[in-house]
Amino acid sequence: MAVETEATIEERTQAFRDHVTSGGKVEMTDWMPDEYRRSVLKFIEMHANSEIMGVLPEREWINRAPSVRRKLALTSKVQDEVGHGQLLYRLAEDLGKPREQMLEDLMAGRTKFHNVFHYPTHTWADVGIIAWLVDAAAILSQKALLTCSYAPYARTMQKICWEESFHIKHGYDIVLSMMNGTEEQRAMVQEALDRWWGPLMQFHGPPTPVEKDKDLAWRIKSKGNEQLRQEFLSMYVPRILDLGLSIPDPNLRYDEETGRWQYTEPSWEELRSVVTGHGPRSQERLAFRRLNYDQGEWVRQAVMTAS
Amino acid sequence: MDMHVYEVFQQQKEGGALVHSGNIQAPDDRLAIHYARELYGRRGESVRLWVIPRDHVLELTDPDLLKPPFDRSYRSVEGYRLRDKLASVRAAREGS
Repeated sequence: MAVETEATIEERTQAFRDHVTSGGKVEMTDWMPDEYRRSVLKFIEMHANSEIMGVLPEREWINRAPSVRRKLALTSKVQDEVGHGQLLYRLAEDLGKPREQMLEDLMAGRTKFHNVFHYPTHTWADVGIIAWLVDAAAILSQKALLTCSYAPYARTMQKICWEESFHIKHGYDIVLSMMNGTEEQRAMVQEALDRWWGPLMQFHGPPTPVEKDKDLAWRIKSKGNEQLRQEFLSMYVPRILDLGLSIPDPNLRYDEETGRWQYTEPSWEELRSVVTGHGPRSQERLAFRRLNYDQGEWVRQAVMTAS
Repeated sequence: MDMHVYEVFQQQKEGGALVHSGNIQAPDDRLAIHYARELYGRRGESVRLWVIPRDHVLELTDPDLLKPPFDRSYRSVEGYRLRDKLASVRAAREGS
């Protein structure tokens, strides 16, 4: 960005704002207003946290996967997500926050991770529903980040979206296998869907007026919460019904006139409570993250001293 | 030892360009290679990786040097409009 050296901070900030709102990109070494840096950092940090917390419900099933191939696939998915965490924490570090500080803040509950990773998993069907539908909801948000004004993040999202598409397909495969199975297995899938529907509907967050969404104003993300939820419903309601499953919301219907999905208002109170550490598994998962962090300390030490 | 940042460039197929794909952090070159492989090559998506210490990357972004505000059309294909000149030559030839 060409910026006059004489310009005041306000002028530079306005020029920067004009640059990003007209589709301009920002690189790590470019000047950026502190508010932009903080907003991008917070967004990426929360994403990174979600990647490494998101593997915890899935790792519980590695030892219980029904076949060796499923075990390998699930292990690969877990490895992918941790890898995404690595890539994203690197981006955040380049924006100025040390990795140790981010992990400390996560484990102390000072920073957040996605609502869906605060819930327990009950059966193998939960693994299928998570990989299929939770990852599908996530990839919609992530695709909206491919045009992010912070270019290093947008580039990283290309790789992440590519890998997530394997997760969704594997999840769909798990669900289809079970739907082709016994009555009991089909019931397990329905029960898992019933459990996850609420958190899925909360996943993209409450509808926020576009003008109040700073991340939209800075072009960090390109789509609002409600738009993403509508896209999710348009893509996945037909696919869910196609399998003979039913969706646990009697008010869910597509309104031809408005071109929008109507649904029972998700519990925003539950969302707020869950992401602030009061979900059914929030504290247990954070404690497990802490345990592993502490137990891995000797590895980090060994790596540093051996080199 | 301190951690160092390494920039990773990836060649997806033989003959292709080495494209910047991201960066990693490692305490030394040996582990940097290993981490780069884990993050950018575990699905067979690369035939070559370049792993370069970030300190060794020199960056130039100065628009005065890269996009100087002078007419550089004499250097480019677009700087030469030949249609009218060619037509004029042909007209002269046919007229002779």
